Amino acid sequence: MTGKRLWSWLAVVLGGLYFLLPLVGMFDFSLRMQRDGYSFEAYRIVLTDAQFQQTFGYSVGLALLTIVLGILIVVPTAYFVRLRFPGLRPIVEFITLLPLVIPPIVIVFGYIRIYNTSSILPLTGSWWGTNILLLFGYATLSLPYMYRSVDTGLRTIDIASLTEAAQSLGAGWSRILAIVILPNVFVSVLSGAFLTFAIVIGEYVFAALLNVNSFGPYMVWMGGNRAYEPSALAVVAFIITWACMGLIQLFTRFSKFSTVRR
Amino acid sequence: MTTSAASLPAVLRPRQVLNWFGVAPFFLFATLFLILPTLNIVIGAFRNAEGQATLENLGKLFSPSIRAAFWISIELSLLTAVLGCLFGFFIAAAITLGDLPRLLRNAILTFSGVASNFAGVPLAFAFIATLGRLGFVTLLLRHWFGINLYGSGFNIVSFLGLALTYLYFQIPLMVLIITPALEGLRREWREAAESLGASGFQYWRMVALPVLWPSLLGTLALLFANAFGAVATAIALTGSSLSIAPIVLFAQIRGDVLNDPHLGYAIAFAMIVLTAIANGIYILLRMRAERWVK
Amino acid sequence: MAFLDIHHLEKSFGALRVVKDFNLGIEKGEFVSFLGPSGCGKTTVLRMVAGFETPTSGAIRIDGQDVTAAPANRRKIGMVFQAYALFPNLTVEQNIGFGLRVAGEGKTETAKRVAEMLELIGLPRLGSRYPFQLSGGQQQRVALARALAVRPQVLLLDEPLSALDAKIRVSLREEIRRIQRDLGITTIFVTHDQEEALSMSDRVVVMHQGVADQVGTPFEIYNRPATRFVAQFVGTLNLLDADLMDAAAGHIRLGDVPVALNRTLPGRVGDRISLALRPETVALGRREHGSVVLAGHIAEVHFLGSVIRIRVTVAGQLVSLDTFNRPDRPPPAVGTPVEVSVSDRDLLVLAA
Repeated sequence: MTGKRLWSWLAVVLGGLYFLLPLVGMFDFSLRMQRDGYSFEAYRIVLTDAQFQQTFGYSVGLALLTIVLGILIVVPTAYFVRLRFPGLRPIVEFITLLPLVIPPIVIVFGYIRIYNTSSILPLTGSWWGTNILLLFGYATLSLPYMYRSVDTGLRTIDIASLTEAAQSLGAGWSRILAIVILPNVFVSVLSGAFLTFAIVIGEYVFAALLNVNSFGPYMVWMGGNRAYEPSALAVVAFIITWACMGLIQLFTRFSKFSTVRR
Repeated sequence: MTTSAASLPAVLRPRQVLNWFGVAPFFLFATLFLILPTLNIVIGAFRNAEGQATLENLGKLFSPSIRAAFWISIELSLLTAVLGCLFGFFIAAAITLGDLPRLLRNAILTFSGVASNFAGVPLAFAFIATLGRLGFVTLLLRHWFGINLYGSGFNIVSFLGLALTYLYFQIPLMVLIITPALEGLRREWREAAESLGASGFQYWRMVALPVLWPSLLGTLALLFANAFGAVATAIALTGSSLSIAPIVLFAQIRGDVLNDPHLGYAIAFAMIVLTAIANGIYILLRMRAERWVK
Repeated sequence: MAFLDIHHLEKSFGALRVVKDFNLGIEKGEFVSFLGPSGCGKTTVLRMVAGFETPTSGAIRIDGQDVTAAPANRRKIGMVFQAYALFPNLTVEQNIGFGLRVAGEGKTETAKRVAEMLELIGLPRLGSRYPFQLSGGQQQRVALARALAVRPQVLLLDEPLSALDAKIRVSLREEIRRIQRDLGITTIFVTHDQEEALSMSDRVVVMHQGVADQVGTPFEIYNRPATRFVAQFVGTLNLLDADLMDAAAGHIRLGDVPVALNRTLPGRVGDRISLALRPETVALGRREHGSVVLAGHIAEVHFLGSVIRIRVTVAGQLVSLDTFNRPDRPPPAVGTPVEVSVSDRDLLVLAA
């Protein structure tokens, strides 16, 4: 018993060391910009940089749009597959897992080939087209996470009864989805959404290859040209990731309480 | 009205047609932004610039530099997948079976959720700040222990450095996936084995590991694909000094190096094939390992 | 000394004492049930015997050997769990042969023993199936065979029937008892189901809040419960409050009706005592000598099929009684004044 506990502590402590040191190092480095001691100079420079503000704002906006698009695609699909097309389930699940199997760089390479200026749908030719392509690309990347969390959410509620109840009260499909199903899987949707946000906000490969100046390429550019600012950026990115995961935890816990109360 | 609707094939009933509208956007989306792009690459890999079928592109994969790039990529992905599985398994076992405080278990799971998503550019920065020439740990080792890390040949911009960095998201991913599987091991199995005279080792060999085997394999395949497709971390960490397959492809697409789109197709195709093989092996082994559930 | 000897066994989880001074001797080949509500400590005692929990103090001896500190895998104890803990990755044969395999038994010997066990549990053709392909009852039989294959000294059954359907539960409990008798194996059976405990056991231990309230044959436990808890937990029971009038002569008062019990009672005049009587010992109408006759009126009538349960208000308290259904005699109407009689021997005076 005690031997087991000893080994467990050892595993956790060694793991903790490996996982905490880079965080400490990153934070430490970000504070060392001025020679005479620790300061937040690197953060000041980064946060007041117009480039930072512009690219970061762009990425946040794009992440939010990705979430909306993801919900619009995934929620009706997961719902109808569960309710009306159980036979499609394996196919849909397979498709949603594909982005985990096909490397993202391959997917974006495909985009560049299909939607280039000499194709039928020359999305990469215009500013709007490129942004739309990036948006759909990110929705593709987030598909596995979005679908899985929504589908788990749907599993916990009895969608068949809910749907019949709503229908018997005269609701149509769009209304059922919007005011009956969505609120009930809201927490699951949110955890998918935060995960999407965390993935999209610092994404590099898609943006760089589509020549979009978002937060990811900005970070890489800073990494190549500055010494201390990249660490400050990494800290910012880490805090965003933490916030997203923390919010997921918070909402899941909140939903557990609400289920108990019901 | 109801009779005429009922006599139609199920798929064509007005109701069912409406239902198809519910899933149609998904299939349209998946076709346009996932399947067609991938197919385009696959087909392109077997065509030359004039659109004729050829195996020439694939042949170019066997040029020494490309072959080396793939080889490093495979080694890197395999190594970090195996080590990630191993260490992740130990940590997950410690928090599920190791009598640790409940609070610690939850904290580690939450942290794993963060760390597994803390990939890409910021992660590379964190490792440079830690193990780079002026990194935190590098300086710590020199000042406190007199160890000169870089003097001993270590470099964060290297295979080893990249592997160390990749483990930062590989291990937590393993922890997240395998913890529920470990929690699924029923206490009674262990106790039944013990009461039948089995040692702890025999229990793990004959019951626990066979039960966990499918999940372990699945995670291994997933971690392999995860590392194989990771480009941003590698680029931010090494620039393009370490030629792994995705970086070569990145350079190809950018047109930085030889601008030969068909070589790009071939590289991309090979990447798909490798991750597909990894997952295929996984599915095959899983079916064999799970005879006892289906 | 008994074959399995449990001596001053105690178990605490933190400040909580789950098992308090538990003593029991079980003879070789005996079938003993631990009966009690959940949380009474019965499973904890069983798990200490199995070696899954370490006693805080006390000793466990099997066949004269102290096993208190022995690890579970050295005790030669067979265990069957509530939720069929078959190894899901092994076939029925492999499950049954598991103990022999880890003991390093030869292949032919193992195969022979496995076939023997399959025969014993009546599933000779299911050897190559996986657990998920079996019904709950079949799984539990395989679990029994697995536990018995290694010829354990003691067989422990931890609520093995609770997860099963009512019908299978009855047939399987008869089968367990048959196998146990055939093999003559010393067995402890933990259950919260009094019917199971009473019907299967040589002796029953009724447990309550970590203490063995009473140890006895099913007949004794049912007819002569030692404590109020045992009386209430085992079977249906009428509990009546009475006042003690004369302890030596056995006179008590039920409300304002004097009752003579014709035996010496413990306690002093004026004490409040509890009387217990089983519904089947109470008869409707006046019976001959030796009976206590009480007047009242019918309060409720429940038609249960073969039995009719009637509640009668007597001296301001409800008394349930059972009569057999007879097609030619419809049950009495509510409100009818009646007399009930009960033999003075069946009026049990409970301690505390």
